[in-house]
Amino acid sequence: MSNEEVKSQVTLNTEVAVAVQKVPKISAKNLCAYFGKVKALHDINFDIPEKKVVAIIGPSGCGKSTFLRSINRMHEVVGGTITGSLTLDGEEIMKSDAVMIRRKIGMVFQKPNPFPTMSIFNNVIAGYKLNGHHNKKNLAEIVEKSLRQAALWDEVKDKLNKSGADISGGQQQRLCIARTIAINPEVILMDEPASALDPISTAKIEELIFELKKDYTIVIVTHNMQQAARVSDSTAFFYMGQLIEYSETKKMFTSPEKKQTEDYITGRFG
Amino acid sequence: MEKRLEINKLSFYRRKIVNSVMLSLSLLAAVITIIPLILIFYYTISKGITYLNLDFFIHMPKPVGEPGSGMANAIVGTLILIGIGGAIGIPVGILTGTYLSEFGNNKFGFLVRFLTDVLSGIPSIVVGVVAYTIVVIPMRHFSALAGGIALAILMIPTITRTTEEMIRLVPHSFREAGLALGIQKWKTTLLIVLRTAWKGIATGILLGLSRAAGETAPLLFTALGNRFWSTSVFQPMASLTVYIYNYATAPFEDWNKQAWTAALVLILIISIFSLIFRIITRSKYKV
Repeated sequence: MSNEEVKSQVTLNTEVAVAVQKVPKISAKNLCAYFGKVKALHDINFDIPEKKVVAIIGPSGCGKSTFLRSINRMHEVVGGTITGSLTLDGEEIMKSDAVMIRRKIGMVFQKPNPFPTMSIFNNVIAGYKLNGHHNKKNLAEIVEKSLRQAALWDEVKDKLNKSGADISGGQQQRLCIARTIAINPEVILMDEPASALDPISTAKIEELIFELKKDYTIVIVTHNMQQAARVSDSTAFFYMGQLIEYSETKKMFTSPEKKQTEDYITGRFG
Repeated sequence: MEKRLEINKLSFYRRKIVNSVMLSLSLLAAVITIIPLILIFYYTISKGITYLNLDFFIHMPKPVGEPGSGMANAIVGTLILIGIGGAIGIPVGILTGTYLSEFGNNKFGFLVRFLTDVLSGIPSIVVGVVAYTIVVIPMRHFSALAGGIALAILMIPTITRTTEEMIRLVPHSFREAGLALGIQKWKTTLLIVLRTAWKGIATGILLGLSRAAGETAPLLFTALGNRFWSTSVFQPMASLTVYIYNYATAPFEDWNKQAWTAALVLILIISIFSLIFRIITRSKYKV
């Protein structure tokens, strides 16, 4: 299949997804990403609707993390550049201030990374406080609300003064989610948030994602096909830096349009 | 089969013997390392204890043979000199180290790193001569300020390189976490990265301060020394090390003993510094 055909097909599927939601929360048009001279993303056209969960699957090195990182400009931190258009609520992300964009678009990483020198309480409030808010009264309230939303409150409410690194891996990851929620973003990006966790912690994170999509737009990169099927409304398949297929999750996993997608989700390659 | 088993047995015993010989050798090296330290402590304590009393801390130096002589001016002088050195050397060292680790992966960073290493190898007496040329000569007289600047130059390489190494040990994921929370780069560096590396940096500061506290050569032609009470940074200032040098080489047994006491006090000051740093940097959380 030629490149042109792929593109038109993708656009078609994109339209199906967009039909549900008129204005996409995040929209990529002809998005290319480079690391030095290496092209990591090829002309990605991708709309992400508001308050939905979009899963991105694909083999390692297919560009899914690069795409995710470019949404809140974290690709810059690892030395990437992008061309084309990438918008949040219609506004160009690359023309906005990176700091402001990251306050609107939070990110949860693969490996839980709470700050070990801070207490659980301070971990949750770190982003809020270091963003220049010092209203002491609010802090406890925000911490409790964020931890409740991250389904961690009951487990840590008696040890808020303990180090953020003193809890289990699964709890640390939920602490990182709480920390992200605390600055009240609109979008949460998750880069394989459960791949370093045991099955029980994974299940908790997945339940959490289901709850969070009431308030947030969520984009999740995952290597776990079942996880994508369980948590997402629509799924995108990336391969070799290209968006191969993007459609409703149910359709994607029952009757994928592309041979490559079918091969990948049935485990025939990748 | 039989033969193979025998070879294995042989190699087993050889391995055991080599292992215990190597272990004994490294143990021996460890003992040799601590012998000088024990000797230093033994001599400074046994010889310095004679004059270690309140008078030594609160009285001024007196003529030979007069009882109740002290080194109050030198103790305060040493503290002021280290204070000046630290006030200049600590911020410069920490900021340079931060620059090198966070932004220094370029030609300029390489140059700074190289020059810092060169600086740490320069004999302290040379640093003293430089401080003499750039501070003492223009000001037309010896001063504590000149001494402090010389000490700062000696501290900077240690603090810079320790800071750089310690910051490099902070996982990249903490920086990413901070940036992804919408925290500005400078705040992430200062309040997350430096805070995580703080304990190691404090050790570097302590090493720098201790080294500076023990320097004599660069003070001889900068702070010079002073037999009187003076806390002005623009005047010559007494210091324990210069007193040790003068008193230990003087032909009076009385003064020789006081030199030992001064040495003991210097060690005490550094130990107290060390203790204070341990308490300050003791965090609730292990990193």
